[in-house]
Amino acid sequence: MTDTLQPETSPVTRTLPRAAITADVIKDAGITFLIALLLFGSIVGLRTETVNGVLVLMPQFGKALALAAAVAVGRLLLDVFIWRRMKDGRTFTSLIPSALPILKGAGALAVVFGLALYSIPGFRASLVAGAGTVHGALGAVADLLTFACESTFLVMAAMAIVRAARLIIGQTPEEAVGQGMLRRFTADFGREFPIALLLIALVLPALTAGPSQRYAIDTATQILIYVMLGWGLNIVVGLAGLLDLGYVAFYAVGAYTYALISTQFGWSFWVCLPLAGFFAALWGITLGFPVLRLRGDYLAIVTMAFGEIIRIVLLNWQSLTGGPNGINRIPKLTFFGLPFDRTGEGTFASVFGLKFDPLHRMVFLYYVILALALLTNFITLRLRRLPIGRAWEALREDEIACRSVGINTVTTKLTAFAIGAMFGGFAGSFFAARQGFISPESFTFMESALVLAIVVLGGLGSQLGVVIAAVILIGSAERFRDLEDYRMLIFGLSMVLVMIWRPRGLMSGRTPSAFLKARKNISGSFVKEGRG
Amino acid sequence: MADGASDATRDDLLRVENLTMRFGGLVAVDKLSFTARRGDITAIIGPNGAGKTTFFNCITGFYKPTEGRVALAHGSQAAFEALPAATFGGKQWSKAEGAGAVFLLERMPGFEIARLARVARTFQNIRLFAGMTLLENLLVAQHTVLNAASGYTIGGLLGLASFKRAEAEAIDKAAYWLREIGLIDRADDPAGDLPYGAQRRLEIARAMCTDPVLLCLDEPAAGLNPRESAELNALLLKIREEHALSILLIEHDMGVVMQISDRIAVLDYGQKIAGGTPEEIRADPRVIAAYLGVPDDEVEDVEAEVGL
Repeated sequence: MTDTLQPETSPVTRTLPRAAITADVIKDAGITFLIALLLFGSIVGLRTETVNGVLVLMPQFGKALALAAAVAVGRLLLDVFIWRRMKDGRTFTSLIPSALPILKGAGALAVVFGLALYSIPGFRASLVAGAGTVHGALGAVADLLTFACESTFLVMAAMAIVRAARLIIGQTPEEAVGQGMLRRFTADFGREFPIALLLIALVLPALTAGPSQRYAIDTATQILIYVMLGWGLNIVVGLAGLLDLGYVAFYAVGAYTYALISTQFGWSFWVCLPLAGFFAALWGITLGFPVLRLRGDYLAIVTMAFGEIIRIVLLNWQSLTGGPNGINRIPKLTFFGLPFDRTGEGTFASVFGLKFDPLHRMVFLYYVILALALLTNFITLRLRRLPIGRAWEALREDEIACRSVGINTVTTKLTAFAIGAMFGGFAGSFFAARQGFISPESFTFMESALVLAIVVLGGLGSQLGVVIAAVILIGSAERFRDLEDYRMLIFGLSMVLVMIWRPRGLMSGRTPSAFLKARKNISGSFVKEGRG
Repeated sequence: MADGASDATRDDLLRVENLTMRFGGLVAVDKLSFTARRGDITAIIGPNGAGKTTFFNCITGFYKPTEGRVALAHGSQAAFEALPAATFGGKQWSKAEGAGAVFLLERMPGFEIARLARVARTFQNIRLFAGMTLLENLLVAQHTVLNAASGYTIGGLLGLASFKRAEAEAIDKAAYWLREIGLIDRADDPAGDLPYGAQRRLEIARAMCTDPVLLCLDEPAAGLNPRESAELNALLLKIREEHALSILLIEHDMGVVMQISDRIAVLDYGQKIAGGTPEEIRADPRVIAAYLGVPDDEVEDVEAEVGL
């Protein structure tokens, strides 16, 4: 009796007749097709477009059908080639080691193939002429591959330089002895990688020389603004554990402070910058007071509301802020008094005897935001090792225990809000000076969500994580502008994947602020997220 | 092991008068009066729900008592002379002529009780900063001193030498306490990674890093095995001797209570039903009745004896 039962109850040894498998597989693929059709039918198939100010529905069911079919075929292939093999007791992950050489080979081939495709002149143009949609996807894949190759190469080169410099001054990472080449190269990754990134950031304008230089520097500046915002928000969310969904308010306060003071009184950027930080910090404290007693979700909701209040006030206070028209002709940044103008006396170009080039201004802006961001990072790292920084983290870990050791939780929370807000204000005034025009439209909730996504994706409290997340989120959004709305789909998908695989962000864990014998990184599983 | 010899030299440290804490209709602490002497280990025992932890929360500022006064004297009990003036003057604390300060704990917010009145506490359900290292836990406890030394952050940002000195001292002090509790080898590990007994010891060390005059321990022996309990006894007696400390202790483990406490107060239904030395408490019929109940045929006898 048991002998006959066992094969049936245990899926490990279950064997089904061949026909049944085929029927199963086809049924499975059919269901997949239907589900995919349902999803893509609504997301892709029904497209709305504004024609002459009227919203029109543009059905494109062909596209949706094609996508659903692709998914079904993928499912079919997985069923036949992978999952059927798993039925004899092996899990999907156990298959990976045996498939690793194949995957490696395929990866390398894909990289080479992608690069080759990308480098053939006119290839993309011919694709445009050939197959409309395919172009977008293929072009994007090629783009992604080159971008990944370029940046990996760049980082590895920079890391090699850092390692060489360390060897010259006589530092050798201990772990680097007697292991595989790659292992040795990445031995002191935690210390060398940030320096390598800094090195790249410092020489970036030179690296990008070429026809797309302006675009590259502009994108880099954009990324750095978000890095700075991320670092500012990291103080509030990552260190103090106060979930703030209205961070964009401080960005807006900074931007409008600079815009108003410079247009009304003609004060220079460098005078307005501390003022912008001051006013943003003041708003941070104003926001902080009423939300002191709120925790978790309630804190998030109220901060979100405060962010919206700022935007709506800016929108409606016509006489001061210009309402929806915003403020334009905001004075641009000058090189310590020398304007970047085409003509006129005492411009940057004329004083230094250069030919006028709009690039000068962009490169200067890039270095200004780089300096501001580095200042933010420097101060944050410094604060983390001071009593106040430790009190922030202790607040995130356990507020009640904080009170029991004599920490004033009210002032501690307010300083976190104020200092985080101050950096947001700095970034805001830089934004206003760079754009020359601001309106409430730049300070929507989406911005807050984006900055928070950067902090969460990077890993709460991790400075390096913020940089990586900002490069990924802002950089890729910029890079894949051609893909229009699909990039939001990809954006969401990648966030979901990251939350599945690395729920604590890309760089989880924390570095202790003080140590007795050795600084050991703390695993993210011990670190709390904070409940406000 | 009540230390009867030094009874005369021990004066009052904490005077609790008429303390009442109501939660809606529930009276958790009911007109409780209680005195703890300087240098004593005073245990508070009682059945579950007797109001022990509520009493602790009132002393350490986590609850605002509904009624009553909680006064703590620094220096000597002569400081209590300033108590009426402070009470009616609406002050949180006051200093008597030629004596230490007296603190009206029921008027002070929790963090100031820890900071100014120097009452430290541990928690029934351990509350460590789990994601921070042992060393960091003990540094956070020295926040008041360090924050002042860092010039309220500004001096620290500029990297003043005086702050660096203060921080080195703080690390030395933390290391001292880590040695005392036998966890110096794990100084750079996260607190959340410690076994349960070690977490309890670390919480005591963290409380001690705030330089308390009164240490309130809420069930420090809960969840410890007999060997760990014995170690805890030794640790508490040692720090009491070496740091001029008074200890208030809530505990269910009678081994710990009877061995180390000088005085014991018994709470039941929010009221103090007995007080005295361990020997007296052990023999007190009211305590036995509260803990064990009494056989039906003896109820009347006991009630007569207790005075009901």
